[in-house]
Amino acid sequence: MIRVELSKMLRRPLTWVTIVALNALPTLVAVLLALTDIGPRPGTGPPFLSAVLTDGTLFPLAALGIVLPLFLPVAVAVVGGDAIAGEVQSDTLRYLLVRPVSRLRLLVAKLTSIIAFVVLATLVVALVAYVEGKLLLGKATGGVVSVSGSALTQTQMAERTGMAFVYVVLAMLGVAAIALLLSTMTDSAVAAALGTIGFLVASTVLLGLDAAESVKPYLVTRYWLSFVDLFRDPIRWTDVIHGVLAQLAYLVVFAGAAWANFATRDVNR
Amino acid sequence: MIRTQGLTKSYRHVRAVDSIDLDVREGDVYGFLGANGSGKTTTVRMLLGLVLASQGEAEVLGESMPRAAKSVLPRIGALVEGPGAYPHLSGRANLTLFDSASGPRVRRAARRARVREVLDQVGLDPDDKRPTKAYSLGMRQRLGLAGALMRRPPLLVLDEPTNGLDPQGIRDIRELLLGLNRAGTTVFLSSHLLAEIEQMSTRIGVLDRGRLVLQSDMAALPTETGLVRVRTPDVAATVSLLDGRVEHREDDVVLVRIEDPATLNHRLVSAGVRVREIAPVHRGLEEIVLAATETAAP
Repeated sequence: MIRVELSKMLRRPLTWVTIVALNALPTLVAVLLALTDIGPRPGTGPPFLSAVLTDGTLFPLAALGIVLPLFLPVAVAVVGGDAIAGEVQSDTLRYLLVRPVSRLRLLVAKLTSIIAFVVLATLVVALVAYVEGKLLLGKATGGVVSVSGSALTQTQMAERTGMAFVYVVLAMLGVAAIALLLSTMTDSAVAAALGTIGFLVASTVLLGLDAAESVKPYLVTRYWLSFVDLFRDPIRWTDVIHGVLAQLAYLVVFAGAAWANFATRDVNR
Repeated sequence: MIRTQGLTKSYRHVRAVDSIDLDVREGDVYGFLGANGSGKTTTVRMLLGLVLASQGEAEVLGESMPRAAKSVLPRIGALVEGPGAYPHLSGRANLTLFDSASGPRVRRAARRARVREVLDQVGLDPDDKRPTKAYSLGMRQRLGLAGALMRRPPLLVLDEPTNGLDPQGIRDIRELLLGLNRAGTTVFLSSHLLAEIEQMSTRIGVLDRGRLVLQSDMAALPTETGLVRVRTPDVAATVSLLDGRVEHREDDVVLVRIEDPATLNHRLVSAGVRVREIAPVHRGLEEIVLAATETAAP
C-alpha cells in the first residue's frame, strides 16, 4: 500500500504544481538579488540571505529559510488535507477499503507519502536554489563563515547542510499529522487544508504575544527556524533538540487522534 | 452467501435499516429492491464493513462481518453507490492501482492481462489512454464493474450497477451478469428499478423504509389472482351464466373469479357462449411489491 500511495503521489498533478509554486519565491528572490545586489543587512531578513551575495553556494539554505515559515507548511497542509478527504471526493475511499486495505495501513501509507512529499519538495527547492546560487549569486570561494563568525570547513558545511535538510523535513511532521487528522474529520480536502493553516496561523500569532510566554515552547511553529543554530560554532543543540521533540510529540498526538477517529468511522460516501 | 440477523443501523432517532434478516444463497441472483432512501445502500455498506451496524449480525461467505473483513472482502467484487476512480489516470491505470493496493502479490504481466480481460468484458477499450475524467457516466460505471470483476470473486455485491447506462449498455451488463451467474457467481444486486430486477433475479428482497417487507424466490411469488379473463362477443350470456362469479366487465371483457380456466372454458362453450380469448390473470412483480409495501405501511 505504501508503494501504491507513493506512486499516486508522484503521478498527481497537484504534487508537481505545488513544488513548482514552492520554487517560485526563492527564484524571484535570487533574480532580484542578482539584479540589484542589495541584500538585507546582516542579522535582518530571512537567515543567510545577506551572506549569499558573497557566497552563492549558501543560497539553498537561504531558500529553505524563505519557504519554511510559510510556503512549505501551506504545501504540506494542502497535500496532507487531501489525504483522506481527497479519496472521499474522488469516490475512491470506499473502494480502497473494500479491497480491503485496512484503515491503519491506509493512514500509515498516507502519512508516509506526505513525508515523502516533504523530502521531495525540500530536495527540489535546495537543488534549484543551488543551481541558482551558482549561476546568479556571489562567486566568493574559500572558507565559509559561520553564524558565530568563525570559519567552517567544506566538510563541516556539508554535514551541517545535511542536518539542516533533515531538520526542515522533521519540522513538517507536526503539520502533516494535523492535516491528516483534519482530513479524516471532513469530506472536503480544502476545509482540511484551511483548518491546518488556521492552526499554524494561530500558533504564529501566539508566538508574537508576550502573554502567551508559558505555552510558547509547545507551539508547533516555535522551533521551525532553529536550524540556523546548526551553523553556529559550536552548534547550539538546545533548540534543535527541543524542536525535534516537539514535532515528534505533535506527530504522536495528532496521528494517534487521526487513527482513533478513522478506525471506527462510518464511511458513508 | 449472505445472512443477516436483526441487522440494524440507527442514526440518532432514525432507523435507516430496521432489523432485517437477509438470506442470499449460493447461485442466486438476488434482487434487492427498494425506493431511493429505503436503506439499500446503508445495508450494502454494512455488509462490506464500511458502516458499522448498530445492532444485529451479518455473515458473508460464511464468516462474520466486519470482524472477518480481511478474509471475506478479497472474495467479493463490489460496486457501491456509483463508481470511483482517480480522475487524472486512465481506466487501465486505475484498475492496476486498486488491484495492487492490497492482496497477494500478482505478477505484473498477469495483472496487465487480467486488466485487459475485464475491460474487454465490460465493453471498454483496453487501449484507451484517456484519463477517467474524460469518461461518460456510463463508461465510469463500466469501469467500476470491471474493478469488481478483477479477482474473479464468487460473490458480486452491486449497488445500482446500471445507473447511467443507456438501454444497450443495460442489456450488455445484464447479459454479462447472467453469464457470470451461470458460471457460478452469486450476484447480489440492489436497484430501485423493478423491471431490471424482474428480468434477472432468481430471488428478491424488498426494503421499505428500512424494513424487509418481502423476501422470496421469484418462482414462489404469489402471482395467482384466482381471476380468469374472458373475451367474448356474448357478454350478457356470460354474466347470466356465471352470475356471482363475475368481478368486472368492460366492453367484451369479463373477469371471472374461478380456480381453473379449463372448467370455465368448458362451461362457457357447453352453454353456447363464444370465447375469443381466455387466460388466467397473473400479478406482476410491481403489484406484488406495491402490495407488500402497502401492508407494511403504518
